Amino acid sequence: MEETKLMKGNEAIAEAAIRCGCDGYFGYPITPQSEIMETLMALEPWKTTGMVVLQAESEVAAINMVYGASACGKKAMTSSSSPGVSLKTEGISYIASAELPSVIVNVMRGGPGLGTIQPSQADYFQAVKGGGHGDYKLIVLAPSSVQEMADFTCLAFELAFKYSTPAMILSDGIIGQMMEKVILPPQQPRMTEEEIRQKFPRATLGKPADRKPNIITSLAIESEVMEKTNFRLQAKYREIEKYEVRYETYLCEDAEYLMVAFGSVARICKTAVEEARKEGIKVGVIRPITLFPFPTKILAEYADRVKGILTVEMNAGQMVEDVRLAVNGKTPVEFYGKMGGIVPAPDEIFEAFKKQTLK
Amino acid sequence: MAKIKGAVVVNTERCKGCDLCVVACPPHTLALSKEANTKGYNYAYMANPDSCTGCASCAYVCPDACITVYKVKL
Amino acid sequence: MNITEIIHPANLVYKKPDVLNDTPMHYCPGCSHGVVHKLIAEIIEENNWQEKTIGVAPVGCSVFAYNYLDIDWQQAAHGRAPAVATGIKRLLPDRLVFTYQGDGDLAAIGTAETIHACNRGENITIIFINNAIYGMTGGQMAPTTLENMKTSTSPAGRNIELNGYPLNITDLLVKLRGTCYVTRQSVYNVAGVRKAKKAIQKGFENSMAKKGTSIIEIVSTCSSGWKLTPDASNKWMVANMFPAYELGDLKDI
Repeated sequence: MEETKLMKGNEAIAEAAIRCGCDGYFGYPITPQSEIMETLMALEPWKTTGMVVLQAESEVAAINMVYGASACGKKAMTSSSSPGVSLKTEGISYIASAELPSVIVNVMRGGPGLGTIQPSQADYFQAVKGGGHGDYKLIVLAPSSVQEMADFTCLAFELAFKYSTPAMILSDGIIGQMMEKVILPPQQPRMTEEEIRQKFPRATLGKPADRKPNIITSLAIESEVMEKTNFRLQAKYREIEKYEVRYETYLCEDAEYLMVAFGSVARICKTAVEEARKEGIKVGVIRPITLFPFPTKILAEYADRVKGILTVEMNAGQMVEDVRLAVNGKTPVEFYGKMGGIVPAPDEIFEAFKKQTLK
Repeated sequence: MAKIKGAVVVNTERCKGCDLCVVACPPHTLALSKEANTKGYNYAYMANPDSCTGCASCAYVCPDACITVYKVKL
Repeated sequence: MNITEIIHPANLVYKKPDVLNDTPMHYCPGCSHGVVHKLIAEIIEENNWQEKTIGVAPVGCSVFAYNYLDIDWQQAAHGRAPAVATGIKRLLPDRLVFTYQGDGDLAAIGTAETIHACNRGENITIIFINNAIYGMTGGQMAPTTLENMKTSTSPAGRNIELNGYPLNITDLLVKLRGTCYVTRQSVYNVAGVRKAKKAIQKGFENSMAKKGTSIIEIVSTCSSGWKLTPDASNKWMVANMFPAYELGDLKDI
């Protein structure tokens, strides 16, 4: 029987990491996600699965430790919160360019600058449009529950290895800190070196006589070579857009209006939608689960049928741009947002909906 | 004491004419040639081959590992 | 016995190690990098470590070491090699993991990564090429640039009030309890090359024996950055660099 436990979202990530055969976690303290490393340190997985858990001297060092481990074909991850993720973006760009299967968790907090420790979604652009330099994308999974924090940890590694590219779990302070029931995945064994040689032949495990050296690099002085890398990356991203889109629809079958929201805000919108339904207004919620690849197609389809869309976010309006791109003018797309760590309540969302979107 | 004779082979294409082997060679066997390799470097060569003792000083200091050293006891 | 008879495999004394492949190295004529690459290749070959070694080459002239030494390599972001090496060594504890860093990489942008890797006593070897200049980018001032030393970003000579003091980082690293072997060498002459090779060999052995972090600083030349011939660079180094960065073992536990 699978274990059902009650824990914080941050703790669920730590538990799930161990269980999905993670080899190494490299972290640094920052509110509101420090429990991830605290939990890992308390569980001491190095004694059971052999997983390495190391507190680095900075988020910059941590992401580069992940780079080193991932380039050996190991399941390596790091976690941080907004300011820390900004520090990691150079490393993330290197990881994307070198096509390494690293996992990065961002438990977002209000910004910009040092900001607040309250929740936010203001790193959407950083996560989805590529926060670092160069044309690259991250697979971005947005959990909205403690269960998804656990599930997406395993999914992130699966997708990262499937496409040999970094994946990000874009969470926020609410989900990181709140406690909910969670069913943890069964323990998977860590990959052996033999499995790594099969699954990740580029891994730098030491050069046997029968192959040329493996060189993990993102440097190419000749631009033709760099261009080729970019073609390869873009082809990969098209592939990911084709096969890996994930979203949830809620009360959309007969919907005349839509709310679009991700993560914790999507759950608040569900309550707002239920309130609307009580007043006979047919509203549904579409919750993008993968922020890249963005669920453009489904939004375009619904745009033909609904009289208006309200995008709700904890930022100044970021995902709304992608919603507008998907809808392409077919129906009005309005925005309602809260900034600075303030969390919108269901009734204020419902009021905004009535004012801005309802005909 | 048995006489030792040495000889070196310089990879003249790889050599960059940096002169460090010439400086390091105790019996001054080596010098930089008037001719240049395809990259335009005046490569090192044995100007006084008889004086070479095969001590490999040149090979130790060579930054491009261009020199192969041989030695024989007569 | 004429030359052609002497040149015979039976009489071979020295040849280029195979681990150092045939790709011509891009370093300027006379550059110390080439000598150090050759020594590392010789050591890996002599100890048969090719199958166990992973090198980490950060940004700098020597980032292209991965094109010249036939071992597995990872290219690291500028300054982050000790962190990358930590990630590798922690996950592959039985491998020989070393970083090959310039002075800008190790003592400027990567100071924190260097100090903390040493403080954790990571079982890696750090090869530290100190030529007191940023070579790859065209000769700018580095943390180890000497007072009054001219570079492209200290054209009138390094000015202490403006640019601070030359940073003798190795003296700091000695004090970190995680370091087991800290030495300063130079490949400026035959004796220096021999000692440097022994030092690198010892560093690699320490790493395999998990005795902690080994720092092998090689006080080096940069003839194009210093605008001197290779031989003149060696002489200038002896006269100016050696007093500031004294050769010898600073720690060997």
